[in-house]
Amino acid sequence: MLLTTRSLTKTFPGAKALDSVDFGLAAGEVHALLGENGAGKSTLIKCLTGAYTRDSGDIALDGAPISPRSTSEAQELGIGTVYQEINLLPNLTVAQNLTFGREPTRFGMVDGHAQRRRAETMLEGYGIDIDVSRDLAAYSVAVRQIVAIARAVALSGKVLILDEPTASLDAREVATLFNVLRGLRDRGLGIVFVSHFLDQVFELTDRVTVLRNGRKVVTENTADLDRVRLIEHMLGHALEDEVSTRARTGGATARPDLLRFEGYGRPGRIEPFDLSVGKGEVLGLAGLLGSGRTESAELMFGVTPAQTGAATDAGGMLDLSSPRAAIAAGFGFAPEERKEDGIVADLSVRENIVLALQARRGWARPIPRAEQLRLAQMYIDRLDIRTSGPEQPVGDLSGGNQQKVVLARWLAMTPRFLILDEPTRGIDVGAHAEILRLIRHLAADGMSILVISSELDELIAVADRVIVVRDRRHVAELAGADITSDTIVRAIAAPDAKPTEAAQ
Amino acid sequence: MRNALRRVIPQLVTLAALVALISVFFPDVLRIEVMDGRLVGPVMDILKRGAPVGLLAIGMTLVIATRGIDLSVGTVMAITGAVAAWSITQGYGLGGALVLALLAGVAAGLWNGTLVAIAGIQPIVATLILMTSGRGIAQLVTEGRILTFSHEGLAFFGSGTLLGVPVPAVLWGATAIGVALLMTRTALGMLIEAVGVNRSAASLAGANARVLIVAVYVTSGLCAALAGIVATADIRGADANNAGLWLELDAILAVVIGGNSLLGGRFSIAASVLGALIIQTVDTGILLAGFPSDYNLVIKAGLVLLILVVQSPNLAHRWYALRRTAREQRKAAMTSAKEPGE
Ligand SMILES: Nc1ncnc2c1ncn2[C@@H]1O[C@H](COP(=O)(O)OP(=O)(O)OP(=O)(O)O)[C@@H](O)[C@H]1O
Ligand SMILES: [Mg+2]
Repeated sequence: MLLTTRSLTKTFPGAKALDSVDFGLAAGEVHALLGENGAGKSTLIKCLTGAYTRDSGDIALDGAPISPRSTSEAQELGIGTVYQEINLLPNLTVAQNLTFGREPTRFGMVDGHAQRRRAETMLEGYGIDIDVSRDLAAYSVAVRQIVAIARAVALSGKVLILDEPTASLDAREVATLFNVLRGLRDRGLGIVFVSHFLDQVFELTDRVTVLRNGRKVVTENTADLDRVRLIEHMLGHALEDEVSTRARTGGATARPDLLRFEGYGRPGRIEPFDLSVGKGEVLGLAGLLGSGRTESAELMFGVTPAQTGAATDAGGMLDLSSPRAAIAAGFGFAPEERKEDGIVADLSVRENIVLALQARRGWARPIPRAEQLRLAQMYIDRLDIRTSGPEQPVGDLSGGNQQKVVLARWLAMTPRFLILDEPTRGIDVGAHAEILRLIRHLAADGMSILVISSELDELIAVADRVIVVRDRRHVAELAGADITSDTIVRAIAAPDAKPTEAAQ
Repeated sequence: MRNALRRVIPQLVTLAALVALISVFFPDVLRIEVMDGRLVGPVMDILKRGAPVGLLAIGMTLVIATRGIDLSVGTVMAITGAVAAWSITQGYGLGGALVLALLAGVAAGLWNGTLVAIAGIQPIVATLILMTSGRGIAQLVTEGRILTFSHEGLAFFGSGTLLGVPVPAVLWGATAIGVALLMTRTALGMLIEAVGVNRSAASLAGANARVLIVAVYVTSGLCAALAGIVATADIRGADANNAGLWLELDAILAVVIGGNSLLGGRFSIAASVLGALIIQTVDTGILLAGFPSDYNLVIKAGLVLLILVVQSPNLAHRWYALRRTAREQRKAAMTSAKEPGE
C-alpha cells in the first residue's frame, strides 16, 4: 500500500467526524471516497494532509509513518491536494497561483517570463485556453477548479487527493480531467477521488471506500459493485425512486403567466431575451459553463441590472434594479458559489436561514427568537441538514450541508419566483432526490422556479420547459416530450442549428 | 444572557488580575470614599479618565465588525470639541453647543461612510484622509489657539457628577448600554455581522449593506463627538492640536483586547468597553504604583502584549488540546493497567 491510515479518529465539539477509520490507497489506482454529506470525507482528507490535527491513529506513506502538520509539509512528502473549498488567491495572476511557493527565479528575483511559461506548460492537456498573466479572479469557478487541479498535480509526486473536483465542471471538462487522471494513474500515482456523481465513480475508479457517520463501511473493487448496492452502503438503506420520473403532461399545459421578460438584456453579459414564466412552472436553464446561464439569473435578480427591456407581471412593470428590489418583487436567488455568495460562515445555521427573511422585515422588527429556532429546526429536519444544532457556525458544516442551508434560506422566504443556480452542487444522492422532489412539490403549490444546472438528468427530472443558452444567447426552448438529454445536448452543441426562437 | 457573560470572562479575569497586581503596589485601589456628595477613589478616576477611549471603542467595535476601521476618531474628537467650545463662546447656549458638536460628528461619519460604502475606498485609507486633514479643520474653528470658555453647563460634562458618579463615566456607561441593547434587541447586530463576514452574500440575501456601513461610521462619529465634548468640557477649552491625539489607536486596542476580530463579524460591545477599562486601569495603575513616568509607555506596551498573548484563542486552543491529550493518556494508562491481558 502506498498510503494507509490505521484507526484514524477526529472529534469536533459536538460531532465525531472520524471514528477509527482504516483506509488504504495503492499505487496506480484511483480510489473513490464516498459517503453522504457530513460522512467525514473532507475531514479524512484534511487529517491526511495535516490541515486538521487528528486525535489519534497512524498514517503511513510507503510503509513509513508520517505526520504532516500542514498542507505544504504534505506536499513535500509528495501528497498534492485540491480541497473542496478551493484555496487559491484570486488577486494573484493564474501564473502566480500555479507556481506559488516554487517561483522560478533569476538573479534572486522572480522571473516573470519563465513563470508564465511554466504555468502554460502546467495547464497543457487540460483543454483550457486562458491568459495566465491575468488575475485568477477574472475567471470562472470551473477555470479556478482546473487551475487548482493543475497545481496539485504538479505537486503530487506520489499521491493526488481531489475533493469533489468535478462539482463545478461540465461534461467536456470532466472528460479532459479524467484523461489526465488516467495518465497519472498509469504513471503509478495513487489518486483519491471524492464525488457525489456515481456515474463518474463507475467510469473512473478502481476501488471504492464508503464512509458513513465517520465510520468506514466498506472497501471494494468498483467493478464488483453496482449502483444500488453502492447507494445502500452510503445511506445504510435502499433509495426509493432515485430520480423522480414523472408523467409528462404533454407539451403545453395552459398556465397563467406570472412574469414576462421582454427584450431583457445587458450588453456584454447576455443578449436580450424574451421569457415568460408560468405560475407553478419549473423552468430549466441549460448550457455550458460560461454560456450565460448565471448571467441571465443575475440579470433577473438585479445583481447586474438589465439595460434593455422590461419585466412585467399582472400588476405592471417590475423594478428589478437591485437584489433588494427583486426580493421586494417576490423573487429569490440561491447563487452558484456558496462560499463567496451564499453562506455567512461565522454566523450560525439559524442566523443564516433567517437572514433573508430578516433583511426583508427590516432591522427594527427582529424575528422573535422562538420563531427563528422553529424555522431553523424545520429546515434542518426537512433538508436533513447534518449539524450539531441550530447554533453551530455554518462554516463548520460539511460542504453539502452548507449548500442545504443556502437553499433553506430561500425556501423560508416562500418567494413567488425562485431562481436556483446549481442547487444540488455537492449534495449527496439521497438528498439530491429529496431536493428534486421538493422543487416539484413547491411548484405544485404554485411557486415558479428557475433551475440552472449542468446535470441534464436533473433538468429532465424537474423542468416543464428547458431554455438552452449558448454564447450568451438564449438559443432554444424545449417543452414537454421534447426534453431529453439528446435534444438538450444537441441544442447546446450545434453552433449552426437554426435557433428555435425563445420568443414566439 | 449566560452566553454574553461567558463571552467577557477573559476580559473580567484580566481586569481582576490587573487590580490584584496594582494592589501589591497600592493596596487602596478599590477604596471608594464619599467627599462632598461625590464618590472619589482610583476606581472613579479610572471610570472618568477612561471615558473618551471607552466611548470611541463603542463606535469602533461596530466599524470593525463590518471589516472596517476608523482612524479618524481622535481627530473627530478635536473637531467636535472645537465646535462645542466655539458655539459656547459665540453664545449659542448649552443646547446649541451640544447639538452642533453632535452634528459635526454625524457629518464626519457620513463622510467616512460614503467614502467606504459608496466610493468603495478601503476603510484604512478613507478614514486616514479625515484623520490627517481634520486637525486643520479644528484649527480653523479655534482660529489656531486654545479656545477656552467658562460655562458651567458645558463644564459639567467633564467634571460634574450625577448621584456622586462622574458625568463622563455615566455618559460612557449609558452609551454602551444603549448601543448594546440596540444591537441585540433589534436585528441590527446580526445584519452588521453578516455584512462584515460576507458582504456579497448578505447583499444577495437583501441586507442593505451600503446603508448599514454608512450607519456604522455615523455611529462612530457620534461616539467621537461625545468623547470630544467630554474632553473639551474637562479642560474647559478646545485644543485642536492635542485633543484626542492617538486615541484612535487606544480605541482599536480596546476592541482587540475585547477579543473582537479585526476581520469583522462577531462582536461584543461589552467586551470592547471592558477592553477600554483595562487600558485605563493599566495607565492609572502605573501612576498609582509610583513608577517614574518615563517607564509608562514601556510598561504599558509590555502589559498589553501579555494580555493579548494570554487571551489569544490560539493559546487557549493549545491549552485545551494539551489537557485533553493528558486526560486521554491517563485514561489509556488506567484501562491498560486494569486489563493487563489486552
Ligand atoms: N471545523 C469543524 N468544526 C466542527 N465540526 C466540523 C468541522 N469540520 C467538519 N465538521 C463536522 O464533521 C462532520 C464531517 O464533515 P466533512 O466535511 O468531513 O463531511 P463530508 O463527508 O466531506 O461531506 P460533504 O459531502 O458534504 O462535503 C460533519 O458533521 C461536520 O459538521
Ligand atoms: Mg466534503
